[in-house]
Amino acid sequence: MAGLLAPLRTPRGLIVALILLVFAVLPLLTQAFDQRYLLSIGTRIVIWSIAAISLNMILGYGGLVSFGHAVFFGIGGYAVGILAANGLQSGWLQWPVAIAASVLWAALVGALSLRTRGVYFIMITLAFAQLVYYVSAGLEAYGADDGLNISRSRFDGLIDLRDKASFYWLCFVLLLGTLWFCGRFANSRFGFVLRGAKSNDQRMMALGFPVFRYRLAAFTLSGAFGGLAGILLANEGAYVSPAMMSWVKSGDLIVIVVLGGMGTLFGPLYGTIAFFVLEESLKPLLDLVHKGWGEYWQIVFGPMLVLIALYARGGIDSLLGRRHG
Amino acid sequence: MDYLLIQMLNGVQLGLLMFLLAAGLTLTFGIMDLVNLAHGSLYMMGAYLAWTLIGVTDSFFLGALLALPATFLLGVAVEAVVMRRLYARDHLDQVLATFGLILFFNELVRAVWGPAGKSIAVPAFLAHTVEILPGVLYPAYRFAIIVVGALVALLLAWLVARTRLGMLIRAGASNRRMIAALGVNIELLFSLVFGLGAVFAGLAGLMAAPISSVKIGMGDDILILAFVIIVIGGIGSIKGAFVAAMVVGQIDIVGRAFLPDFLKTFMSSAAASSAAPAISQVLVYVLMAGVLVWRPTGLFGQRN
Repeated sequence: MAGLLAPLRTPRGLIVALILLVFAVLPLLTQAFDQRYLLSIGTRIVIWSIAAISLNMILGYGGLVSFGHAVFFGIGGYAVGILAANGLQSGWLQWPVAIAASVLWAALVGALSLRTRGVYFIMITLAFAQLVYYVSAGLEAYGADDGLNISRSRFDGLIDLRDKASFYWLCFVLLLGTLWFCGRFANSRFGFVLRGAKSNDQRMMALGFPVFRYRLAAFTLSGAFGGLAGILLANEGAYVSPAMMSWVKSGDLIVIVVLGGMGTLFGPLYGTIAFFVLEESLKPLLDLVHKGWGEYWQIVFGPMLVLIALYARGGIDSLLGRRHG
Repeated sequence: MDYLLIQMLNGVQLGLLMFLLAAGLTLTFGIMDLVNLAHGSLYMMGAYLAWTLIGVTDSFFLGALLALPATFLLGVAVEAVVMRRLYARDHLDQVLATFGLILFFNELVRAVWGPAGKSIAVPAFLAHTVEILPGVLYPAYRFAIIVVGALVALLLAWLVARTRLGMLIRAGASNRRMIAALGVNIELLFSLVFGLGAVFAGLAGLMAAPISSVKIGMGDDILILAFVIIVIGGIGSIKGAFVAAMVVGQIDIVGRAFLPDFLKTFMSSAAASSAAPAISQVLVYVLMAGVLVWRPTGLFGQRN
């Protein structure tokens, strides 16, 4: 018990505990204060956190700047959507198929793109994401550009995803699972090989580690969790569309990971919260300054990103003091 | 046969426009080692500035001519305020900062020019057709784009291969620190190259305006194509950008023009016309993947 409570003695541990506590009871809070809108934002924060954590596995720990991570929103989402549109609504079928599709695509893209490095890697991951984007926009039978309204996955007798609070809690539990997995991953031998390759891949290869295979495995794992986020996102809005995987969303995910703190376990969580809170608060703030300016919040947000890139590389995590270990 | 020729000319025209965009991108990458996602914003700004200046001067030619120095100044200003601080940073910082610039410029345009798209009319002196071969008519404006694009490409080739500035550009692309050590004013060179890239992007944007439309985010989609082009051609290589732009232009246009008829042989007509643009886009990306698997640094890229 003392061991479990030890992390709470550091400010970082306390903050994480507080955030998770608030998230755990969010549906009760929003119900008590009658703010249903906040629950939907909360749900999206939790889902985007899962995606950001999965990107952080390769971007933060592996140093691989993948600029096409939102494609897994699309693949996970469309796998659910296409099955649902064909009358296959059981989540027990949809979810494994969606994850398998994400894993397959991640393995294929990883096998090709990890042969390149630097800016070529950034661009090839972007291009593969665009490829899926255009394919989905050309699917006449599934709504093409306009997207597809779907009914939510069914887990009969277990959980009803149409109930907003139950769905939120499901997402939250999956977020906890993703965090747990990522923590194990980062501190495993596998995670350390990946981090070693980030700082010096020549050296890791000289030490006899098959760096390519480690990176490919990490890329594939990251795709699986990205696909999970896609499944949840499709169920959250009961809707899939090519816009889910537009390259701007991939950019947003990179912003979130860097904003929160790359290569840290809880960084993506901070980043997602900060991103959504900024979006939701910049609008009313600007409206306060001058009526009607809120609509143009990105005029302020864009330069903020420039400043973050220039001066705040450690992200939010580094504001919470030095990490031990 | 005539139809094929006209479509191929459309492909050349699209390829030249994309080359103008890709040339600036590949120069800034080759020399400054800068990934500039906001290059498409300069393309958009070129078109919007031209729209305003054409309105003010009431002349397409004059407005377009004034828009070029305006985008040059904008490019130099963006370089001085943001880009200069990014050269020494890693690619992730550059991606993040220039992504922020895209958001900024898109919203700025929405605030200044409003959310609705604008259109620039084809200038009267080009609003007719020319007979390029006996019996084959082609819109004069599109033909003018081809002529201007080809002239600019030649100018750029001359600039890079024959002038002192070009010599410095090539030297900078192969070893930046060395030419700085040799006493070249590298800050000025970088400003000039960035401004030049901005002018090319702006020119492409304003020339494309009468045949598409002037709208927010117009630079973003074509920017990704331009990135694909410089990756296929090899980053830093003007020649590579030109070859790749021509190939991509042909794939895109010919795909759009001929795939629907081919697809209609085995699918419904509505499905075919919706799938064809998607397939021609996909072909471009497949080409890029193939090139990168075959040559991980592009067709004309430096291999180390």
